[in-house]
Amino acid sequence: MMKTFKALAAIAAMIVMAACSSQQEAAGPATTTVTPGSIADFRQNVGDRVFFDTDQSTIREDGRQTLARQAEWLKKYGQYKITVEGHCDERGTREYNFALGERRANAARQYLIAQGIPAARINTVSFGKENPDPPGSDEAAWARNRRAVTALQ
Amino acid sequence: MMLPRRSTILGGAALAAGAAAVPARAQLTIDMTRPSFEPVPIAIVDFAGDRVGADIANVVRNDLQNSGLFRSIPPSSFIQRDVNASTPPRFPDWRQIGAAGVVVGEVGQAGGNIKVDFRLWDVVVGQQAAGLSFTSQPANWRRLAHIIADAIYKRVTGEEGYFDTRIAYVGESGPGNARVKRIAIMDQDGANNRYITDGRTIAVTPRFSPTLQEIVYMAFGEDRSSPPRVYLQNVDSGRRELMGNFPGMSFAPRFSPDGTKVVMSIAAEGRTNIYEMDVRGRALRRLTNSSAIDTSPCFSNDGAQIVFNSDRGGTQQLYVMSAGGGGERRISFGEGRYATPVWSPRGDWIAFTKISGSSFGIGVMRPDGGGERMLASGFLVEGPTWAPNGRVLAYFRQQPSSAGRTGAVTLHQVDITGRFERQIPTPTDASDPAWSPLIPQ
Repeated sequence: MMKTFKALAAIAAMIVMAACSSQQEAAGPATTTVTPGSIADFRQNVGDRVFFDTDQSTIREDGRQTLARQAEWLKKYGQYKITVEGHCDERGTREYNFALGERRANAARQYLIAQGIPAARINTVSFGKENPDPPGSDEAAWARNRRAVTALQ
Repeated sequence: MMLPRRSTILGGAALAAGAAAVPARAQLTIDMTRPSFEPVPIAIVDFAGDRVGADIANVVRNDLQNSGLFRSIPPSSFIQRDVNASTPPRFPDWRQIGAAGVVVGEVGQAGGNIKVDFRLWDVVVGQQAAGLSFTSQPANWRRLAHIIADAIYKRVTGEEGYFDTRIAYVGESGPGNARVKRIAIMDQDGANNRYITDGRTIAVTPRFSPTLQEIVYMAFGEDRSSPPRVYLQNVDSGRRELMGNFPGMSFAPRFSPDGTKVVMSIAAEGRTNIYEMDVRGRALRRLTNSSAIDTSPCFSNDGAQIVFNSDRGGTQQLYVMSAGGGGERRISFGEGRYATPVWSPRGDWIAFTKISGSSFGIGVMRPDGGGERMLASGFLVEGPTWAPNGRVLAYFRQQPSSAGRTGAVTLHQVDITGRFERQIPTPTDASDPAWSPLIPQ
């Protein structure tokens, strides 16, 4: 009896996750059965990354919403140390992109600080164009690669 | 390691003058700055006296052919088969196959070392054009071959050669989202490839010291949350040192021409400035003070100035300043973004990467910004580096990725006219080439 229930719950969770994964960008916070306060919870229900325009480090409106949700969540779960990773698309030179990634990471960090996260809790690191996610050479891939990712330790 | 010793062979038997009826077609000289030229047809005979003689001749053929300035005549078409290393060849036999020059040589033993003599005969005028003798350890035979190719190149073009050199680069492997990037060093022709970092963390932007004894590069730490930093590594011992533990990330290192300083960028709080570090004492000095991105610094050949790129004016452009900082002035004014400036070792040009619209290019301009000329272009070309003669550049080229497949990344060379371009073979994908100075003899 118990086993059947667990299996059903797992299937239900998968359905919910499948339903929200395609909508996650627009829908914002979604409800799943991941443990509240876990890194998976942060990634799925808060959103761990914000995106930038080409050669820019200004936080866009969609990014401000994501960072505001991140700040609320991070205040609630104070046990995590935070590294903001800055990344770039491949349409720039390697060395300049290290600097641009640092600028993006710093922009996201400053926004989190303004939302009340202690500066000492957040460090930054830039990967430039060395770590594309997803790899690709089209506009869609480049738009996803111009990002600042809030990683938790 | 015993370095090659050289001496000149005087052309005693060479003065078989009688340069009658000189055919007008091929000449044993070439002006590579002319708007068009035919490669010089040259015949390189297998060196006599030892089995390594054929290998030496092959390396010389390959070097000269790959410069784009020579056409190596296939040995199968040679008429004179009994050519002797110390007496003049039968010039009519070589004229008949269209050779402008004939290279002959001999390998001998000298107390555990090898002694290699070579002569370049000018077929057109019928006399010796160059002749040198070298003694070295047998293991150095490839270097001897490159030194011989350099001597031929210099005699024919009037420019210094660049074959006795190495190229450091970033060897890349694995999928795009988990790419392994490690620093490799190989001879200019792709031989003797080896890795000096282990690939556990990403290492990029290698640059040689003037003596080739050290390489500076940027590498990430084992911990993903720690910023990448600049390291100085001894090539032979493998010993590496962190060049300063700064609060921010440090990157884009490059030696001064005298090897006493390294310039680099340090980024913190969204600003990237240029610093200079004394290699011995590790004293750090700030050279720019802007709220923008100032990076990719490179000294002028005389060490008096530094060229770098900055987005202080809104987009990435090239600027020149005094080596100690100050006097900053913009030199790039064309359409698009300019990056990775590298001052020619001769001082006459600055090479750069240019990004305009959806295309990347490699170009050169005069240090005052004039005379801009593009040499190569593509979906992504980046990172020019000069051969020591300032007449040939290397750079890297990346093909677009598609359907999860990472596009090929390859090294290429191009001459200053942009006429002759070729891929430099590497065992894996490769980026960020750094051409060394001539290896000290």
